[in-house]
Amino acid sequence: MFPWLTTIGVVPLVGSAVLMVVPKGRELLAKQLALAFSLFALVLTVFAALAFDTTRAGELQLTEVHQWIPAFGINYAVGVDGVALVLLALTTILVPIVILAGWHDADSSTASVKGYFALVLILEAFTVGVFAATDLFLFYILFEAMLLPVFFLIGRYGGPQRSYASMKFLLYGLLGGLILLVALIGLYVVSAQNGPGTFDFTTLVGLHIDPILQRWLFLGFFIAFAIKAPLVPLHTWLPDAAAESTPGTNVLLIGVLDKVGTFGMLRYCLELFPDASHWATPVVIVLCVIGIIYGALLAIGQTDLYRLIAYTSVSHFGFIGLGIFAMTSQAQAGATLYMVNHGFTIAALFIILGFLVNRRGSRNIADFGGVQKVAPLLAGTFLVAGMSSLALPGLSSFVSEFLVLVGTFERYKAVAVISAVAIVLAALYILLMYLRTMTGETPDIVRERVHDLKGREMLAVVPLLAIIIGLGVAPQPVLDVINPAVDRVMHAIGATDPAPVVPAQAAEGTQP
Amino acid sequence: MSALLAAGPAFPTPVIEYSAIAPMLVVFTAALLGVVVEAFVPRLLRRRAQLVLTFVALVVALGFVVAERGRREFVVEGAVAIDGPALFLQGTILVVAFVAALVMAERSVDPAGDAFAPRASALPGSIDEQELTARGWLQTEVWPLFLFSVGGMMLFPAATDLLTMFVALEILSLPLYLLAGMARRRRLLSQEAALKYFVLGAFSSGFFLYGTALLYGYAGSVSLSAIATALSVNSQASLLVVAGATLVTVGLLFKVAAAPFHQWTPDVYVGAPTPVTGFMAAGVKVAAFGALLRIMYVALGGLRWDWRPVMYVVAVLTMVVGTIIALTQSDIKRMLAYSAIAQTGFMLIGVLSTSALGLSGTMFYLLAYGLATVGAFAVVTLVRDPAGEATHLSQWVGLGKRSPIVAAAFALFLLAFAGIPLTSGFSGKFAVFTAGVAGGATAVVVIAVIVSAVAAFFYIRVIVLMFFSEPAADGPVVVVPSSFTTVAVALTAAATIVLGVLPQPVFDLVAHAGVFIR
Repeated sequence: MFPWLTTIGVVPLVGSAVLMVVPKGRELLAKQLALAFSLFALVLTVFAALAFDTTRAGELQLTEVHQWIPAFGINYAVGVDGVALVLLALTTILVPIVILAGWHDADSSTASVKGYFALVLILEAFTVGVFAATDLFLFYILFEAMLLPVFFLIGRYGGPQRSYASMKFLLYGLLGGLILLVALIGLYVVSAQNGPGTFDFTTLVGLHIDPILQRWLFLGFFIAFAIKAPLVPLHTWLPDAAAESTPGTNVLLIGVLDKVGTFGMLRYCLELFPDASHWATPVVIVLCVIGIIYGALLAIGQTDLYRLIAYTSVSHFGFIGLGIFAMTSQAQAGATLYMVNHGFTIAALFIILGFLVNRRGSRNIADFGGVQKVAPLLAGTFLVAGMSSLALPGLSSFVSEFLVLVGTFERYKAVAVISAVAIVLAALYILLMYLRTMTGETPDIVRERVHDLKGREMLAVVPLLAIIIGLGVAPQPVLDVINPAVDRVMHAIGATDPAPVVPAQAAEGTQP
Repeated sequence: MSALLAAGPAFPTPVIEYSAIAPMLVVFTAALLGVVVEAFVPRLLRRRAQLVLTFVALVVALGFVVAERGRREFVVEGAVAIDGPALFLQGTILVVAFVAALVMAERSVDPAGDAFAPRASALPGSIDEQELTARGWLQTEVWPLFLFSVGGMMLFPAATDLLTMFVALEILSLPLYLLAGMARRRRLLSQEAALKYFVLGAFSSGFFLYGTALLYGYAGSVSLSAIATALSVNSQASLLVVAGATLVTVGLLFKVAAAPFHQWTPDVYVGAPTPVTGFMAAGVKVAAFGALLRIMYVALGGLRWDWRPVMYVVAVLTMVVGTIIALTQSDIKRMLAYSAIAQTGFMLIGVLSTSALGLSGTMFYLLAYGLATVGAFAVVTLVRDPAGEATHLSQWVGLGKRSPIVAAAFALFLLAFAGIPLTSGFSGKFAVFTAGVAGGATAVVVIAVIVSAVAAFFYIRVIVLMFFSEPAADGPVVVVPSSFTTVAVALTAAATIVLGVLPQPVFDLVAHAGVFIR
């Protein structure tokens, strides 16, 4: 069988190598090549999706296994289930859009333009690998390696505080990664106690682990993923990184990369350590709820556009975490769908805001006003993206947020009720931002500098809006792919959905 | 035989398996020939003759090591063990020495000549010295000294009794004391370094020797296996053996630069000529860790429940001290020195896990670390201003903009030190951490991991300086080296990546090396 997943990962990698040999002064060629390679990866993803048997979406498919470091039972093993496939598709769809939207992102930088696009492609390759890896060691390697392209993307092409932000990002990430490493080694040593040690995911699922040790290992994995996701209180790197990054980097960082954290929780924390997951659920859910409310409140108070979006993400990641740990199939399916929807929504928000900020030369909300008069297309598309972010029915985020809340309500009523408050807060932060930047008087400087979206920019924005509306109206095809995989997770953790609530009968008892 | 006996009591001729010790013989012979070259070959030809001699000796010796790879036996009346670990470490030392020799042979980066003073005995700054520099004299005695040191290093991990070990220790150390004092630039600093190294080195040798005497008193022999036997016969550890073991270990911990015996490291690393620093940092560590492993595993294995807790403390202290102090350094050589101390702490995890996994993991780490270290110091020799090497961190600002390839190579070595995946440093750390967890030292591994995250800060900081900042207008330049240093940097960089991406062949090698023979 054709190695689809490896090819999808290798194509951008080859692309980045090709870009590096593009001679100086041929920036346009470099950009075109980057776009071509990312589109090629997208086409390959479409073929891979066609080769994927959706009726067996709960199983790992398109698998490839090669020995890598047999001394430690390490294989190069890739494969995707439904969840991994949609996240992989999210990645390969967003990268060409980011390249198109960020056509001029690196032009003003002192660092090389082709380097920017080469780094984006390297990042794409690593991200594809992270979602596709089924060997935990391979996953870990790519999980760590992903940090480096982002580090350079922020540090070389970011704003004035970029050194600080990139360093904070990298150190936070490394700390999480190293904690994960200890847990991974611990897991390996446990697996080596009965039979040859292994990092193979399917072999490790169902491994008997001493309950106390299981909790420690769970914590190692969870902290790493909670930093990546990020969950409160491990989120402090995100606003700094987001404020200093280019819009394109932000899309990849928050839209795609951070999903690795929530993906890791769903795939690895729950399935590898089911007992410990149940043990940790109360704390995790409390943290998620705090994150949902706290992120939303901080977003309302921001004066910096990028920071505002970053804090909305903190709130939304709380929703995703909540959905995963509510341990009902609706909530988990909702959380997975949320990962996808949040990716597209955040991409639209950052890309459109990026256009706006680059024109005005400021990220400060107070510097804007009345943009809709001078740039109606920009304001309009931004409004649609914003509405998706606040989960307006008919737009994609609504479906996922609704599923998460319904799924959580089945088990934890109070939690769902408190979290629902965030919907109101979301309306506040999005609409206030829109009000302050897009409506009202148009200051002269805005009138002078801000002009409307042009062809290339529309080309980047339109597909995103189409997806946002499309997934809002018809989410079922994606849910069909996600659901079997979520059922497998539910099965692995031994969780069953609470019985449908017939008159006022509490269903709490079904939880094991 | 009978005829001999009839002639009266004769001195028994020792049996020496020349083929087994051929690698060391080649190196020592070349060193002696080097001395002859110094005496008889005209000055103009000396450098060429010494270089040929050195490189040929290293390659031939490595060839012999490879040819002996299956050999597992005691030779030379049981004084030397040719076993898997000894051969692997000898090979590592030869490879590291080869690359280090390339850097030492470099003559193009300094307009005045190579990295060594034209005559070490000339008074620093004297007219004599200026005249010699003007005439372009080169001090070729460094080559025999270098080879003697390499030979001592090779003998150190293979020695099976404490006296042979002591002799090896002295052979490897004495030439290094001299080499450390021969820098062409900043000669007073270099001489100070040499003196410090000598005094503290002699001190540590004293510890080692005194410990040897006490262990002899306990076991009635200096042989490692005899000490092990004595330990297994006597159920209780006497004060004699504990004191002896402690002193011997302290002597070795000096050499591997473990805290609290690390104080000499920064001054010596900074003062010594940079190519020598690279060689010393890598080679001495490999050899001393080999000896430490052999003593701990073979002689003191029976005592491991006593020394392991102490080693826990030493390992943790070493990595914490090395890392914390490295954070505050503003000189690149000093920072690398403290980083070397921190790395020692990580390697000690392999030692204290007392398992085959720990042994193989440490050996892998030593190879990975040794090559990256030589490479990193080689890059340091290239960044120069008119006064010599520009080692202050502020002078490295924006290096990535001006010399992307050199900066990228240095960044690669730093990432390897930081243990970022897909570099050799990660493979090494992974191997020793796994051994540590499997050996029940999970707490130490957790601390090591936290320390690694802190250590990443100062490695990454240099990368940030090099790549994310604008270069200063009057900053130092990166000189274009001759093929010597270029090859050295290319080799070590390639090894750093290969050992990170495809480490399996070397993991096979250390696994096949097996354990020490007893």
